[in-house]
Amino acid sequence: MELVNIALPKGRLGEKVYQRLKAAGYPCPSIEEENRKLIFENPEAGVRYFWVKPSDVAIYVERGAADVGVAGKDILLEYGPDVYELADLGLGKCRMCVAGRRDFRDRTDRTLRVATKFPHIAARYYASRSRDIEIIRLNGSIEIAPILGLSDVIVDIVETGKTLLENDLEPKETIVPISARLIANKVSYKFKHEQIAALHRRVADTL
Amino acid sequence: MFDETALKSGERASARLRALYRRRGYCPYRMSRFEEYELYLRNKNFLVSQDILTFTDTDGRLMALKPDVTLSIIKNTPETAGGLQKVYYHENVYRTSPAAMGYREIMQTGLECIGQVGPFEEGEVLSLAAESLAAVSDRYLLDVSHLGFAAGLTARLPETVRRDILAELGRKNEAALRELCASSGVDHALAEKLCALAGLYGGAELFPRLEALAEDETSRAALAELKALWEIMESLGLAENLRLDFSIVNDMSYYNGLIFRGYLPGLASGVLAGGRYDNLLRKMGRQGGAVGFAVYLDQLERLEETGSGWDGDILLLYRTEDDPAAVAKRARELGRDGRTVRTDRSEPAGLRFRETVRFEEGGQA
Repeated sequence: MELVNIALPKGRLGEKVYQRLKAAGYPCPSIEEENRKLIFENPEAGVRYFWVKPSDVAIYVERGAADVGVAGKDILLEYGPDVYELADLGLGKCRMCVAGRRDFRDRTDRTLRVATKFPHIAARYYASRSRDIEIIRLNGSIEIAPILGLSDVIVDIVETGKTLLENDLEPKETIVPISARLIANKVSYKFKHEQIAALHRRVADTL
Repeated sequence: MFDETALKSGERASARLRALYRRRGYCPYRMSRFEEYELYLRNKNFLVSQDILTFTDTDGRLMALKPDVTLSIIKNTPETAGGLQKVYYHENVYRTSPAAMGYREIMQTGLECIGQVGPFEEGEVLSLAAESLAAVSDRYLLDVSHLGFAAGLTARLPETVRRDILAELGRKNEAALRELCASSGVDHALAEKLCALAGLYGGAELFPRLEALAEDETSRAALAELKALWEIMESLGLAENLRLDFSIVNDMSYYNGLIFRGYLPGLASGVLAGGRYDNLLRKMGRQGGAVGFAVYLDQLERLEETGSGWDGDILLLYRTEDDPAAVAKRARELGRDGRTVRTDRSEPAGLRFRETVRFEEGGQA
């Protein structure tokens, strides 16, 4: 039987996802040892795990290097990979928000300047409300943009809102709730259908 | 003797496919490389990628390098009352792809059956699709869907909701389907039916479950059509690699009825796509029906075995002072049994040969 290749997002979310998969009957002892390896196999459970950068999981799955993977809804909405989205794992819950300075007053007669790591999500959201915006694409420390006057608002992931609060910002609108999703490559889903369907079912049972 | 290995995988596949279509009585169809841009402008949503490579012709008309073949075939084949046009083609099309970050030339072979299309013609085209896949790979899957199901189930919904539902159906995203139905006031029973449809994947064993889902007239007709097709495929011994998958959805303003996709293991996207597109025909002012498919040959190079690791069988090395005629004769002799021979004065950098032979005047090397 061919192994099912599973791409896990490196980091805390990935650890939680692995625990969930382990509980579903897909343990892999070697992954639990402390080391710097990136690929782990357990032929008895029929799985091969590997750690990749969270934002890259969807690429590995879309291109078939991984048969299934776990990616945040934010990544799926931003890049729109051509994959099956099989289940909401309910892990890594947060929301995509518009945030701004606490004293921010929205001047609707002006183009809104939006700083974000998620230009597609931001553009789609404002297009749906026919708002004219200018997107400023940043790669990190988004919170600083409105403070320095680089932008009017930011579109970013908010988990607890603590970082926002400490920087005198607050969430203004929720665009969409975010959580980790089990995704599958469309062609793998067909050729390894029994294995992937079983994994899907067993993971869904743990929810 | 013709050596197929001299061809690239795409060319090899194309040669086999064209021979297959020809045997089934389809006629070759050759078209001009360019079409007037207006043709694509009118049917933009039918195209896989909407970017079109254009240029101005010498007479000032705006022309396009073909991004698609089907539109040209419909436009250029004569309408025969009560008859059928059966054609196959081998063409290059020009499309953008995000991965290439620009335009790419894509080799495409396919066929179209236009006119009085009935159950036999649909079966013929589907069986040719299966045989096309079998001709390029030992393992393949041909997924079949019918738009009648999604159309029947969502018939009473507003167009925007329907569009979103079809998109989530395409992702097999049951959670999103439930959410979407709840937020747009679609009743619970229908939501569950859509989820059941999204989750289905398998062979003829799924027909009883589809019976339960098909309550409206459109769905029932779709089911009957699929069953009839299955029977044809079974009688031809081609049902084994056939699967039902209703997550395949296409734009309903062009397609209606049967749609199908072909997949090979190890290739991350489908290599064959086709279906019934009577609606496109109607949009272009034609009567009757149409069914066809295209095989994307550019993908096939990924399938190629890693090869022997050798660039040739024999490297024949000679010296400048050797007699050229004798060297040429020796090279012919060595290659007589079909082995490949490269003749050179020194070992070519970066190439590997199974055997190196030094040329000896008059004698055996």
